[in-house]
Amino acid sequence: MAKITFITSDEQSITVEGNSGNVMELAVKNKIKGIDGNCGGVCSCATCHVHVLPEYWDKIGAPSELENDMLEFDENISDHSRLSCQIQVTDAIDGVVLKVAK
Amino acid sequence: MKKSAISCPFEKSRLEKGYGEMNDQDDPVVMVLRHKDVRKCAHNWKTFQSGAKPGRIVIPSEVNIRDVRQIPFEVDPPMHGEYRIILEKWFKRPLEESYENELRKQIEALVEVSMVKDSVEVINEFALVLQSRALTLLFNVPFSESETWISWGTHVFRSEETALDSYKANVLYDYIDRQIEKSIAQPGEDFYSKLLAAEVNGKKLTKKEIKGVVILTFAGGRDTVINAITNSIAYFAEHPESIERLRREPELIKFAIEELIRYFSPLTHMGRVVTEDTQICGRAIKADTRISLNWASANRDASVFENADEVVIDRKINPHVAFGFGTHNCLGATHARQIMKVLVQTLIDKVGAIDIFDYEENIENLGEFKRKVGYKNINVKFHKK
Ligand code: HEM
Ligand code: FES
Repeated sequence: MAKITFITSDEQSITVEGNSGNVMELAVKNKIKGIDGNCGGVCSCATCHVHVLPEYWDKIGAPSELENDMLEFDENISDHSRLSCQIQVTDAIDGVVLKVAK
Repeated sequence: MKKSAISCPFEKSRLEKGYGEMNDQDDPVVMVLRHKDVRKCAHNWKTFQSGAKPGRIVIPSEVNIRDVRQIPFEVDPPMHGEYRIILEKWFKRPLEESYENELRKQIEALVEVSMVKDSVEVINEFALVLQSRALTLLFNVPFSESETWISWGTHVFRSEETALDSYKANVLYDYIDRQIEKSIAQPGEDFYSKLLAAEVNGKKLTKKEIKGVVILTFAGGRDTVINAITNSIAYFAEHPESIERLRREPELIKFAIEELIRYFSPLTHMGRVVTEDTQICGRAIKADTRISLNWASANRDASVFENADEVVIDRKINPHVAFGFGTHNCLGATHARQIMKVLVQTLIDKVGAIDIFDYEENIENLGEFKRKVGYKNINVKFHKK
């Protein structure tokens, strides 16, 4: 089981648990505000954009080249941006905190 | 080549130059062809604007047949965002369970009726009907309205062959005026009433603004959805193995939908008006000329998509731009995706083989490029599972 905390744009902090699938799916299942997952997780819509808190960046890791390309022209990109549909839920990311992008 | 195949006419220019050129009513267009350049230009709304003269960013241009500004499509930030705020929630209703259930009832009923017929002309007897009925859900108006919309046929929103046929545009515009007046007299839960009640920056929308939103909702979701549906039927007719696979592994349906939409790219391109002298791939572009963001070409860019010219039904990473990119990304995408999902699920559930009899392709003429976007007509037989 991995515990993942989302901070939404209204500064609410919600911790959820999962052990399979990707982070976008987990967020949608738990109705996390601001994560829509419109494209079903194929890296096309950027409605699953999150900012990883810097202290957890190493746990999550950098995006692939294609993912990076899609983020590149996003209005709200940061140094720690990820598309959450491209992050697998595994024990390796237990405890991370993700800020939902606007 | 298979009947359902859609080839990409832009490949050579995309590789060699990165752009293509076409004329359109003496207002030429430089088409941006590479995935990265398309995204970059879509992002740069200051240099490549949407809020030009109404109709000018559409190709073929509609400046001579329309003066109503389509909203939010022909508006740039920051005003664009103000309009999007009031629309976004409404356009997410397709995710509600009751919406999906109604859509499923509609599509199942249509498929049942179609399977009994010896031959079905998919554009007019299936896709147009499905699209019109489904749109009553998005507008939240009685199902019977779809009969009026179906009676308009597929041409009412087009400006090409029937160029400058203002009679047809007026049918739609007069209809919309009447609906707005009706909802003013008797507000309800329909889209018009919602728009009448909405405020942007503390001000109610004007009738003209409401009209601009409604026209776009009709026009933006008409040919695109009809082609997505029809092309899907043609594809599955020739690829029973894909139906089999999705039947065995329904968790792949979400990937299949995105992949079909990438491959079909029902909206080939969309224009922008250039606000300052600039260049694209070394080609100088003057202020007050037009470029287009060629979604269809970007979606076949081999530097992004492996086997770009094939339908890879379980493609997992698929950063396609068929619904646009950035600021103006498609508001109707949720509705369109739900239609595709329920359609595919219904085909899997109920339909066995599909035979294609005869067909006529619908080819877009874009200067030196000719692109198949779908069919003018295509006759098929749906067999029961
Ligand atoms: C498969 C079907 C569809 C495709 C491929 C498609 C494609 C697109 C594309 C590429 C754009 C971006 C245009 C630009 O950047 O200038 C767009 C915008 C838009 N689409 Fe769609 N569309 C589809 C269905 C629909 C439907 C069903 C509706 C509504 C009923 C709709 C309404 C809109 C609206 C309102 C916009 C403008 C959004 C804005 O300016 O912020 N579309 N669509
Ligand atoms: S869900 Fe669409 S990019 Fe992640």
